[in-house]
Amino acid sequence: MLPRPTSHSKALGPGVAGPELAVATSAVQAGPPKASAQQPLSGADSFMVDPHCIADPARQHTQYPYVTGTSVLGIKYKDGVLVACDTLGAYGSTKRYKSVERIKKVNDHVIIAASGELSDFQHIIKLLDELTTDDFRADDGISLGPQEVYAYLCRVMYNRRNKMDPLWNSLIVAGIEPPHAGASAEDVSTSDVTFLGMVGMIGTHYSDSHVTTGFASHLARPLFREAQADDMSEEAAVALMHEALRVCYYRDKQSMNKFQLAKVTKEGVSISEPYALDVQWDFKMFSQPTKWAVGAW
Amino acid sequence: MDLNAFGRGAAQACSNSKMSDAEPHTGTTIVACTYNGGVVLGADGRVSTGNYVSNRASNKIMQLTDNVYLLRSGSAADTQAIGDYVRYFSEQLAGELGDDPSVQTIANLVGTMNYNNKNMLMGALLVAGFDKHSGGQVFGVPIGGTIVPEKWAIDGSGSTYIWGYMDSAWKPDMTREEAEGFVTEALALAMARDASSGGVIRTVTLDKDGATMRYVGGNEVPLFHEELQPPAAAAAGTASMVVG
Repeated sequence: MLPRPTSHSKALGPGVAGPELAVATSAVQAGPPKASAQQPLSGADSFMVDPHCIADPARQHTQYPYVTGTSVLGIKYKDGVLVACDTLGAYGSTKRYKSVERIKKVNDHVIIAASGELSDFQHIIKLLDELTTDDFRADDGISLGPQEVYAYLCRVMYNRRNKMDPLWNSLIVAGIEPPHAGASAEDVSTSDVTFLGMVGMIGTHYSDSHVTTGFASHLARPLFREAQADDMSEEAAVALMHEALRVCYYRDKQSMNKFQLAKVTKEGVSISEPYALDVQWDFKMFSQPTKWAVGAW
Repeated sequence: MDLNAFGRGAAQACSNSKMSDAEPHTGTTIVACTYNGGVVLGADGRVSTGNYVSNRASNKIMQLTDNVYLLRSGSAADTQAIGDYVRYFSEQLAGELGDDPSVQTIANLVGTMNYNNKNMLMGALLVAGFDKHSGGQVFGVPIGGTIVPEKWAIDGSGSTYIWGYMDSAWKPDMTREEAEGFVTEALALAMARDASSGGVIRTVTLDKDGATMRYVGGNEVPLFHEELQPPAAAAAGTASMVVG
């Protein structure tokens, strides 16, 4: 008498006959390895360098970030929106690339900034360039607004997450909705059309009057909650931003005192040249902190 | 386990890592530096398999086109494969253009390969070249596939020892001689302290007139503290012979 083959489901435990799991787990193969001598076992074509052609669904690509950017900060103000971040590309604990632009202009109405893996950000820029190039070729006076870029990126990030192959970034999308065809910019109040949103690497997203990524979420958001208002003046907004950037520089080890500030208003987009902030180190207690506590540090 | 020091943490954390002790790595120092009129690139010559030096005079400078070179560090096999692919693509491109491709195009090819095969490759590369559009240029292409244009760049396990030297000694608008001395000194300092780098120093200088290769043999590499200059070859033979 031949033993009846039982199918064991990992979910049910050993020695139990049950339905196969819908998705093949790593220990269970969908079928025997391909017999072809020239094909790699993963199922990819020889000399194929595009991972999207690798057909094996059980292949897992979850990555590890190598070259990373730290916090990005964004706030709304009276005339539009401000986004700022530093220009450091860190390689683990090494402050490796010191002139990296982490804020990019998408078109005259939208900017995008990223923290996390810089190669994935460069890839996202390529995707957005495809969209803006299509807009340019259509030549109908219509260009993407920040809400559309935000929605598009939400879908991109979430779908990559579902494939266990995330783009390792936290993105900030900021801008002013372009006026509808036939309308002029003056018809609409700025506060109705300003947009500021955040998309995370697993597709989590929200929009608010102030958004941050990374360390700034802990350090800068409290300052923004206290002092940011949608109708604040530009001077007050820039001063608040500088205060937040300063705190991030003091307290984030993967940061540097070299920042770029980007502004989107109805007039368009401007991204500043890098500049440094004044920092305060002349506290009396800083020069001799252990004067009355010998042995401490 | 002479992994590229930068990649070590990443390799341990990455579950797809296929790093084994036996796989040959270019534990390495590579340096590239632009100057007023061109670019100088240099590399050491040591390839190690575990603690064994499998090649003591390797050439880590790979020519991609007449005017663009690739400096390799990380997995020896991965970087050779990337270099071969990019050399093939560049040849096709040069044929289509009827002219040398720009350095930026080639750097983007290298970066695209690194990025699209992120989970399989472990290559930290420098692309350096000279083209008529923008003169001497250096692009860093670290693991992961980011592409970063730089005035000077270093990579490899030995580069960790010379960040301080590079930061303090580099200045803009160097002459050709200053740049060549700068690169050679940087490599010698790294080789003095990194066990994974050593052997010979190879440099290539690229300007509008083409490429000049220099080779500094292991006994002529500049030495620093508590190291002894090896005697000249003939004298060593007779001095150490004991007739008994």
